[in-house]
Amino acid sequence: MTAPATASAAARTGNPPRGAARRRRKRGPGAWAVRAPLLPALVFVIAVTQLPFVATLVLSLFDWNAFHPGGRRFIGLDNYAAVLGDTAVREAVVTTMVLTASVVATALVLGLALALLLNRRFPGRALVRTMLITPFLLVPVAAALLWKHLLLNPEYGLLNGALTWAARLVGDGIAPQPDWISAAPLIAVGTALVWQWTPFMMLIVLAGLRSRPPDSVEAARMDGASEAQVFRYLTLPHLRPYLELGALLGSVHIVQNFDAVFTITSGSLGTANLPYTVYQIFYQAHEYGQASAAGVLVVLGSLVIAAVALRVVSSLLRGEASRG
Amino acid sequence: MTVLTTAAVSRRSRHGRVFLGMLAWLAGIVFFLPVAWMFLTSLHSEADAAANPPTVAASLGLDGYRAFFGSGGGTSPWPALINSTTVAVTSTTWVLLLALPAAYALSVRPVRGWRDTLFFFLSTKMLPVVAGLLPVYLFARNTGLLDNVWLMAVLHTSMNLPIAVWMTQSFLADVPVSILEAARVDGARLPVILARILVPVIAPGITATALICCILSWNELLLAQVLTSVTAQTAPVFLTGFITGEGLFLAQLCAASVVVSLPVLAAGLAAQDKLVQGLSLGAVK
Repeated sequence: MTAPATASAAARTGNPPRGAARRRRKRGPGAWAVRAPLLPALVFVIAVTQLPFVATLVLSLFDWNAFHPGGRRFIGLDNYAAVLGDTAVREAVVTTMVLTASVVATALVLGLALALLLNRRFPGRALVRTMLITPFLLVPVAAALLWKHLLLNPEYGLLNGALTWAARLVGDGIAPQPDWISAAPLIAVGTALVWQWTPFMMLIVLAGLRSRPPDSVEAARMDGASEAQVFRYLTLPHLRPYLELGALLGSVHIVQNFDAVFTITSGSLGTANLPYTVYQIFYQAHEYGQASAAGVLVVLGSLVIAAVALRVVSSLLRGEASRG
Repeated sequence: MTVLTTAAVSRRSRHGRVFLGMLAWLAGIVFFLPVAWMFLTSLHSEADAAANPPTVAASLGLDGYRAFFGSGGGTSPWPALINSTTVAVTSTTWVLLLALPAAYALSVRPVRGWRDTLFFFLSTKMLPVVAGLLPVYLFARNTGLLDNVWLMAVLHTSMNLPIAVWMTQSFLADVPVSILEAARVDGARLPVILARILVPVIAPGITATALICCILSWNELLLAQVLTSVTAQTAPVFLTGFITGEGLFLAQLCAASVVVSLPVLAAGLAAQDKLVQGLSLGAVK
């Protein structure tokens, strides 16, 4: 489909690897012997990921509700019209974009700040680094449950508990006890996601900082450049591809996020994103045709991000090849 | 005068360094606090866990863990934990068996169009799960494979295979060709070269790949939620039972989250150095 096509477009810009030119002339039975180790993985991936997508494409052209057996008939693009006309789906598109953009941007800025802090020597640096990546290493459902019940619950959550504690410290102990998830559902989901994804961004930026040639920074400092100038004119341009990569990989994951939405709000209060909505159309409404059409639309949306992501990965790899 | 300025600057930058170090510590503590609180609450009694304001110094015990493991008559989490282990270990084994030969063909003796193939693998990773969820569900229903751990293992294999191919490919590409050429010149045959030279060099990379694949399989929710129910239920699906928790259950919930997250934490910290390389698909070292 389109995904492989974009991929090869991005790939064609790459350089051939060592020895590829030499072997390119090789033809005949030997070529298949070289190719054989690749085939099992290739066949497996095509069978398990591409064939179901083709099936989804076909299903999206049929009117098929599991509650009305025997009513399966070809209706062309009507499902797409129905899905695009569905306000729930249109709201899900907006929710997905808002959630993804805000979470990725916040996590990226925080991750950059934390990486800059961690990139200097101070006592206990290794321990702080470990503490910072721990949120990323919780099972996503567990992390979402932690926010939903342990931190944000209005009666016994830590946040309201801390408010009561602070109120007792300064006076009568009467503290406001807001219901955080009902008051700001999307922000609650987004905060939990930012908490989990900031460490990921931090790790990518840290890798970028470590690959920075130290001499140029030294030279700039010798010439009297201020820290701000070093950051603005040396560090940031060097980090740009890493920030792009972090943003895109984060987007790919957060566009597809299901766990946090499912756990924290169960898609209520205007937090249903596209994967959750598709899950709902399919799993609860059993509208198989419409679920497929919505799934295809999600793929089209992801492709835009994926095409850019693949190009960034490709350019980073090329940069590395020319350095080494 | 110059000396004075330098001293002033260095004093100011020393203050700055101490301040930034403290800021880093503060950030670490803020990010770690929810995890620490979860662990502490898992050791509290249910009454203390639900106290408002929170009781930091409440007595500690293992009641939460006892309740989680089913002493209170609830569902035992063991089948789910065993299922998750089975799926993670099986799918990771299959992933490595498929990915290693493929990575070899893509880097050590690259085939024509190797880069296109590599990017094809990557592009399948960007295909959202919902893109193929319904056909997979219908296939499983019609073939009686619903609620089956082996189906989950197959699906997690396909989910992790692209990442594993990319990671192992990037590790293999780091092996200097000259070593392999030298061994070939010395008359070593291919199996010997693979076993004696290639495998030892890339072993740490393969270990990290395996750990990351295990983590991603262990964490996966959407496929497991749709395709399993009772017998093949995985640990994340078991955890979703806590979503609509009523009454006193916080300590038990925290114990559950700690137990289910512990393998991921252990694997993730073990693979810490290679974590970025794996999750950025080898683009970042």
